[in-house]
Amino acid sequence: MSEATATIEETVTNEEKAVVRPPLVLNKRTMGWISSYISSIIEDRTPMWWWVSMAITVPMTLMCLSLLAYLISTGVGVWGNNHPVGWAWDITNFVFWIGIGHAGTLISAILFLTRQKWRTSINRAAEAMTLFAVVCAGIYPALHVGRVWMAWFLAPVPNANGIWQNFRSPLLWDVFAVSTYFIVSILFWYTGLIPDLATVRDRCTTKIKKFIYGVMALGWRGGNRQWRHYEKAYLILAGLSTPLVLSVHSVVSFDFATSVIPGWHTTIFPPYFVAGAIFGGFAMVLTIMIPACALYKPLHDLVTIDHVNKMCKIILLTGSIVGYAYLMELFIAWYGGNPYERAAFWYRAFGPYWWAFWAMMFCNVIAPQLFWFKYFRTHLLWVWIIVQFPNMGMWFERFVIIATTLSRDFSPSAWGMFHPTWVDICTFIGTFGLFTTLFLIFIRFLPMICMFEVKAVLPEADPHYGEDHH
Amino acid sequence: MKAVGNLQAPVYGVAAEFHSARDLYHAAEKIRDAGFSKWDVFSPFPIHGMDEAMGMKRSILGKVVFLGGLTGFLTAVTLQFGPTAFLYPLIVAGKPTDLFTVPAFFPIMFELTILISAFTAVFGMLLMNGLPRLNHALFNWDRFKKVTEDKFFVAIESADPKFSERPVRDFLESLGGDNITTIHGD
Repeated sequence: MSEATATIEETVTNEEKAVVRPPLVLNKRTMGWISSYISSIIEDRTPMWWWVSMAITVPMTLMCLSLLAYLISTGVGVWGNNHPVGWAWDITNFVFWIGIGHAGTLISAILFLTRQKWRTSINRAAEAMTLFAVVCAGIYPALHVGRVWMAWFLAPVPNANGIWQNFRSPLLWDVFAVSTYFIVSILFWYTGLIPDLATVRDRCTTKIKKFIYGVMALGWRGGNRQWRHYEKAYLILAGLSTPLVLSVHSVVSFDFATSVIPGWHTTIFPPYFVAGAIFGGFAMVLTIMIPACALYKPLHDLVTIDHVNKMCKIILLTGSIVGYAYLMELFIAWYGGNPYERAAFWYRAFGPYWWAFWAMMFCNVIAPQLFWFKYFRTHLLWVWIIVQFPNMGMWFERFVIIATTLSRDFSPSAWGMFHPTWVDICTFIGTFGLFTTLFLIFIRFLPMICMFEVKAVLPEADPHYGEDHH
Repeated sequence: MKAVGNLQAPVYGVAAEFHSARDLYHAAEKIRDAGFSKWDVFSPFPIHGMDEAMGMKRSILGKVVFLGGLTGFLTAVTLQFGPTAFLYPLIVAGKPTDLFTVPAFFPIMFELTILISAFTAVFGMLLMNGLPRLNHALFNWDRFKKVTEDKFFVAIESADPKFSERPVRDFLESLGGDNITTIHGD
């Protein structure tokens, strides 16, 4: 009796396995193919499109850097920040960029801990995206302080008057959160790169390349006595990054939520910011991965339609959480009975910045609903077009939260509008150049897909592959 | 008798090549059962269950990282309470600066715990792995370059008390290893 039940259960599980577990790597690609193809992206001659893209993005980067030099030499007044909107595009752009980074950490850490093996082919590029987004984000808080040479006041050392920082200020929490996030992201990313750098080192043909990649690979040999510590370290880093990524955007939201400004002083901010960050971040991952895979067609065997499908589902989920948060904010503003709070939200929707509010609503809440349909999740051109809405919408969200709120304070005598200057606009455009330039350099010089992890999810990587009993 | 490296130099060990994770796994089980202690298996990716096949315990890295995290936490406690409560009490909005205000210190305690833990995890891992190092006797063997691509290797070191070149070569051959090679140092 018990034997019979056991047999039935076993058949069912085997069948189920065959049904629900499609291969993660298509076309039966071998380990050798994975190494050669992904390494060939960095070993082959530099393709023409790369030079063309760099010819566009490098001048944009230079524009960004020269405008920052202009700001430092002239003063923060070259931006449109003024009373009452003291935080304007600078903090909007800061929150926008740092939010984008969160998808990379989510993919590398949270999906690792939840054993989502499909993440292996996208985590490297997503983590790189995190780093570059944090670089772009870091520009703004560092430079918006005005006298940049005083930025060291943020570091936990007493200043020239012997005064220490206020450690209970959310702005200082932010310094610690963002710098910890950047450093831990670098460590996580580099740790993941070590075995792949060893692959590149072992394939190198010229002495100089071999030396450079050899130094970067730190002498990795791939022994199991190394792997066991390595895997442990990777697991620990994933475990550390998971609460970290949730904390970073929570701390960013504290910058607003701990103030008494109507429209900012809400407890919903931390979870709502985190969901929004993941939402916008996945949109950016798709924005850069879809063209990268279109340029390197065989990558479609590693980053499959199924990957895109799953990422779209995450966008749909987090986008709906964000939509819920928007509605809940509006509901609480009405239900809470605080007249200032009610007015703040009324101004958001029907005040002078109504266009930003409705752009945000459309881009973040309505447009991603298309992803309920499989057709839109699985056709790359559609996906690419639709994810541009979250990209824009998340920028509008931060603009609505910051500029709209500040422009209408408690007292009408303190009201005023924010107008960006050409320096604001061109610096922001320039950060896209910086981001893309860094990403192009990454694609050209480092393996953009984690080779060893993809090999480990191949069926033949199982030490019991082909044997009857697991 | 294949041998690589500087043949005058002492022998590092004997290595053999395998063609799949499965073969390597079973070879590891047999080497473990034969009682060797200074040996390792090399693969392009971590192989699930290899620690048991080699008879190794869990990595102690987790415990080390705990100490790192504790250091980070205590650093944050000192860094924040030192100045705020003793060195230069900063009265903001008339709030007290004593230990009862601890919730406002949590974010930085959390961040520094994570930061020092992450450093300990990465540098502890490198230290335990004997990295970084730029040379190794195994790199003298050209075929070993394939270890980062799609080949699997076993190396039994001469430092092992049971090591003796001829029997070890025969043993690796009996396990199904190919290209059995004696590796010399530089």
